[in-house]
Amino acid sequence: MLARARSVLLSAVLLGAMLAVAPLAAFAADGVPFPVVPKATGGECVEDPEVMRRDHMEFLRHQRDDTMRQGIRTERHSLKGCIDCHAVAGDDGRPVGIDSEEHFCRVCHDYVAVKPDCFGCHASRPDEPDAAGRQAAR
Amino acid sequence: MSENSCEASRRGFLKGAAVAAFALAPGVMLVAGPAPARPPHVPARETQRWGLLVDTTRCTQDCTACLSACRTENRLHSFNRPQTDPQWLRKVHLRNESTGAEHHLPVMCQHCAEPPCVDVCPTGASFKRADGIVLVDRHICIGCRYCMMACPYKARSFVHEPITDQNPEVPRGKGCVEACTLCVHRVDRGEVPACVEACAGNGNGAMLFGDLNDPDSEIARRVRQVGTRQLREDLGLNTGVRYEGM
Repeated sequence: MLARARSVLLSAVLLGAMLAVAPLAAFAADGVPFPVVPKATGGECVEDPEVMRRDHMEFLRHQRDDTMRQGIRTERHSLKGCIDCHAVAGDDGRPVGIDSEEHFCRVCHDYVAVKPDCFGCHASRPDEPDAAGRQAAR
Repeated sequence: MSENSCEASRRGFLKGAAVAAFALAPGVMLVAGPAPARPPHVPARETQRWGLLVDTTRCTQDCTACLSACRTENRLHSFNRPQTDPQWLRKVHLRNESTGAEHHLPVMCQHCAEPPCVDVCPTGASFKRADGIVLVDRHICIGCRYCMMACPYKARSFVHEPITDQNPEVPRGKGCVEACTLCVHRVDRGEVPACVEACAGNGNGAMLFGDLNDPDSEIARRVRQVGTRQLREDLGLNTGVRYEGM
């Protein structure tokens, strides 16, 4: 009887622990936590999510060369477009930058331990109307 | 500019450019004209060549409208280290010692047709776009700074510090060389560079931006009608930035 009660208690504690962790990570069948990808603020993605997951870097690389070398500034595969649509609001309501673990890109990239170096130069959050003024005041 | 430690050597270097004075037609005002917009999917065209014309008789010593506009637009904030702070645009003061004539002019990347920075770049990061704008592709810049040594105008800067909160349209970061882009992101949507806009707005209307290859453009007309100079013409670089009145 005691053993049965202990097992019920243990299950409850485990369930509780899982529920507590649930908002942070979803669990795959084999128990490895999957990253929870934040929802985008815009409508449908520019490509099918399956394609995007596998090939987003190719789209970005192609677009980067077209924009840099030829001045082609279509928005479909622009990094700026990704950043605008996938902004994640932080505690202060402002979009978080790449220094936050909640940043859209970091959620997956941290998980697979691949560090994108886009944000050494590129802005990692959408521009804010007062951004220019704030910088100028520095 | 007093904050520019390179000023003294620069002045000597550029002195050769200030030997002759040209009479300027009275009452002529240089204003920023509209640049024709190009659809986003269309590549930059070789038929165009973007250029800048600076009227040195209008540019004054105390005005820094172009400098502030450049810093704001491209978010070139200072780290209070003048030796290494990036500087895309500087005001240079020239004095002809034999005549005493003084000129004040903004000097930035001169967007040469034959850019030495492109010649020396070992990776191809430094390049000239079809429409004449000379840029650094930071994706392949290795930060060797050969281009900085090759540039006779000392127009390029190296970024020594990590940078955050960039203008999304002006990516820039540590470890790369950078320079005036002629505000290529603005030009591509049909606007004039920030310095030109500021000069026409709260400056002295000394800068004119346009297509040097379009015979009907205001800048091409001025270059045709008025005597203009290139800095260090002797180098034969065919600069896109021209100066008149000196």
